[in-house]
Amino acid sequence: MTKTYDIAIIGGGPGGYVAAIRASQLGLNPVLIEREHLGGICLNWGCIPTKALLRSAEILTQIKHANDFGIKVGSVEIDFDKIIKRSRDVSARLTGGIGYLMKKNKVDVIEGEASIKDKTTLTVKTKTGEETVTAKNIIIATGARARHLKGLEPDGNFIWSYKQALMPDTNPKRLCVIGSGAIGVEFASFFNALGSEVTVVEIADRITPAEDAEISGLAEKAFKKAGLTIMTNTSVTKAKPGQSDIELTIETKGKEVITQNFDRVIVAVGITPNIEGLGLENLGVELDRGFIKTDGLGHTSIDGIYAIGDVTNPPWLAHKASHEGVIAVETIAGNKVHPLNLARIPGCTYTNPQIASIGMTEADAKEAGLEINVGRFPFQANGKALALGEPEGLIKTIFDQKTGELLGAHMIGAEVTELIEGYAVAMGLETTEKELMETIFPHPTLSEMMHEAVLEAYGNALHI
Amino acid sequence: MPIEILMPALSPTMEEGTLAKWHVNEGDEVVSGDVIAEIETDKATMEVEAIEEGRIGKLCVPEGAEGVPVNKIIALLLEEGEDENALNDIANKVTDRPQVGAKNEETETTADKETTKKEALETEIKASHQTNKEERNPETEHSNNGERIIASPLAKRIANENNIDLGQLEGSGPNGRIVKADIETAMKTGRDLSPAARGAISPPVAAKDAVSGGKLVSPVSDKEIFATYEEGTYDLVPIDNMRRTVAERLTISKSTIPHFYLGLDCELDNLLAARKRLNDNAPKEGAGSFKLSVNDFIIKALALALQYVPSANVTWSEKGILQHKRSDVSVAVAVDGGLFTPVIRHADLKTLSEISNEMRDLAIKARQKKLSPADYVGGTTSISNLGMMGIKKFDAVINPPQSTILAIGAADKRPVVINDKVEIRTIMSATLSCDHRVVDGALGAELLNTFKNFIEDPVTMLV
Repeated sequence: MTKTYDIAIIGGGPGGYVAAIRASQLGLNPVLIEREHLGGICLNWGCIPTKALLRSAEILTQIKHANDFGIKVGSVEIDFDKIIKRSRDVSARLTGGIGYLMKKNKVDVIEGEASIKDKTTLTVKTKTGEETVTAKNIIIATGARARHLKGLEPDGNFIWSYKQALMPDTNPKRLCVIGSGAIGVEFASFFNALGSEVTVVEIADRITPAEDAEISGLAEKAFKKAGLTIMTNTSVTKAKPGQSDIELTIETKGKEVITQNFDRVIVAVGITPNIEGLGLENLGVELDRGFIKTDGLGHTSIDGIYAIGDVTNPPWLAHKASHEGVIAVETIAGNKVHPLNLARIPGCTYTNPQIASIGMTEADAKEAGLEINVGRFPFQANGKALALGEPEGLIKTIFDQKTGELLGAHMIGAEVTELIEGYAVAMGLETTEKELMETIFPHPTLSEMMHEAVLEAYGNALHI
Repeated sequence: MPIEILMPALSPTMEEGTLAKWHVNEGDEVVSGDVIAEIETDKATMEVEAIEEGRIGKLCVPEGAEGVPVNKIIALLLEEGEDENALNDIANKVTDRPQVGAKNEETETTADKETTKKEALETEIKASHQTNKEERNPETEHSNNGERIIASPLAKRIANENNIDLGQLEGSGPNGRIVKADIETAMKTGRDLSPAARGAISPPVAAKDAVSGGKLVSPVSDKEIFATYEEGTYDLVPIDNMRRTVAERLTISKSTIPHFYLGLDCELDNLLAARKRLNDNAPKEGAGSFKLSVNDFIIKALALALQYVPSANVTWSEKGILQHKRSDVSVAVAVDGGLFTPVIRHADLKTLSEISNEMRDLAIKARQKKLSPADYVGGTTSISNLGMMGIKKFDAVINPPQSTILAIGAADKRPVVINDKVEIRTIMSATLSCDHRVVDGALGAELLNTFKNFIEDPVTMLV
């Protein structure tokens, strides 16, 4: 006797496991199928372990500046192995937590690799054999993996993807990071703090190309000041592994081709969706540039089959996946939900300084033909920032001149990843500039800058 | 506590539905997945399944009840170990909710009295606002009749700038809060509003009078009608939601839009030859396969003609004339009991094979009543083709808020005079209905002639 589930969820990452919890809360009967480990990339090989590493880097940087704060410190030593071990421990603890949540919500979890046979049947290859699962609906939440560059595939030696970079065999003296999206610059920032000479190679004309151009510029300045070498309009065209290091051929548009030797290379050039072996071809599930095509409610081109998270369209972020999971389950339950609004998904990068943003960049808004008011407020003019010894950074707001809608917000500086949600709530509630101006922000905080950046957009900033 | 089974929302825009059929009786045991009822909306009929197991304690809505609002309790399910006494606890709660059946009766008795109609409409709006009263927060605004409305600050500002009465809209946010998306939808379509609210967007005042609380103004009152025909000489067929929607929209259209009609004959021989050549050389199977119909050419030709004559691609509004940039063509598809008008978007930019395949998919979905609002909302013109039924020519009623509709008749061989000689040609008659508020005679003629040129020399559609 096989049990028929209401929803079969393939993939136990932040999209899949959240969908399972919500399904259970709504009285639906879900099954979660995971081939490797609950929590997915986010908990095991992404968001969480990198944050743990970066925290070590941050503490080290603070100690190095202790003198500025009137504290004398003796010699500082790095225990590289312990930094890595702590990161793995944090990850393991959270992954265990997911298992508990599944039990608490009475979600059946099957460990194995799923393949969809038809709209209601899946086969799951487990350690002990093959199981058949039947379900009225299927949610594909299989995520993605690092995209490889030809000739620069991880080689178990010099070339790393995020996985090897999270469990490094060495603290490389000379490190090249290819790609300057969030993952690339976070690793660059970490290894730089720990003493590596880091070179970042970016094919676009600026680093963090998804961010507002002004923020990218400030990031580049800050990273260079911290000691990173940054090469934009640049790509690595050849890699020649040697005995003890690897030689890269680096081409910059309009400049001489150079070769340089590195101890390790991190490739962080985007992701590839995990769609192989799922049986999508048999069903005719439509793809868009290799990713599964969905509407704002998670529907794929096939009735009853949904997809969420990194296996679908960008942005590829854990919180987007979780939210899509909830939307898809509510839709299956017949509840009325708003479709995913791409313009209201915040993004965070945990470099030093941090970067956070939501909504349209200034260029996006102009391209959309909107008349806008732009507000800027620098960290330098904020009391709390100065007290913290963090005088560098900027908060920028973009308003629709006609409606007063907050179209976007962009930040760089200390703790901005914790600040951005304030604007996300404002956008979610659809406040205009008026409500934001009338809101009282506590003194002394970094958040005061969010108020000032709104005031500044209308020429009313008080402290500059 | 018995489990409440609520009226489900079968689509994002559904506000109410008809409980078409109960599949269970009070006392029946059900398990998760059992079909318990069929719900009918103006767009589709869908089954409701039990999501919990238990025994049906009470059916709160009788079979055939119309206008049951979303989230109203339709049945109560007793869990294991619960008996009927558990129902008493909840009985009061149920009666607290607005009784839709009662409301319908009330409107019925007043429906014949022209003068009380507006009053009834206002009462209805008021009632719907009171439903959520206790959930309101201080961030509210007052509607015309003094009721407070929840809306986001951004929604309020956009509504204010566009002269939209928030009191006429229903919010999709938490607790019915009106958000930006609701205003945008309202501005775009005007058809996803409650019947009472449609007038807020398609402003004709007469429209409000024509449809009042879901009842149409009829030239002859029900009383007279039933007096005219002897009982027993007819069957009384209930009006389903699709029929009611068609009736409402077309009544408003024909009674508020000043229609006029332009007719032309198009020679089809070139088109038929081109179609044959294209179809003969088309891949028969696989992703690239297609089989073009004459209608696919007509869709493309009308879409292109609108790009050539943009002044005819318009919608009248009080605030100004919307001059559409896109040629989104609604195509009437007959289904059991009515019709749907799914939209081919950007039809001017699509290839014939793309149009053909998309049209085929939409027609299938329409017949299965599985179209989603995204499939049928927002065309800028329409095509109605009765050629395959042998109709020579006819005049179509404009599909508001559009301003044109093209009626296509049968293509047949007819004698025509060419260079003073009678020759045989395949002729198709096309009739364009125009909204004279925005499309004048000469403009309509220019559009129809441009269409004719594309049809008679289909190669020109390639450029």
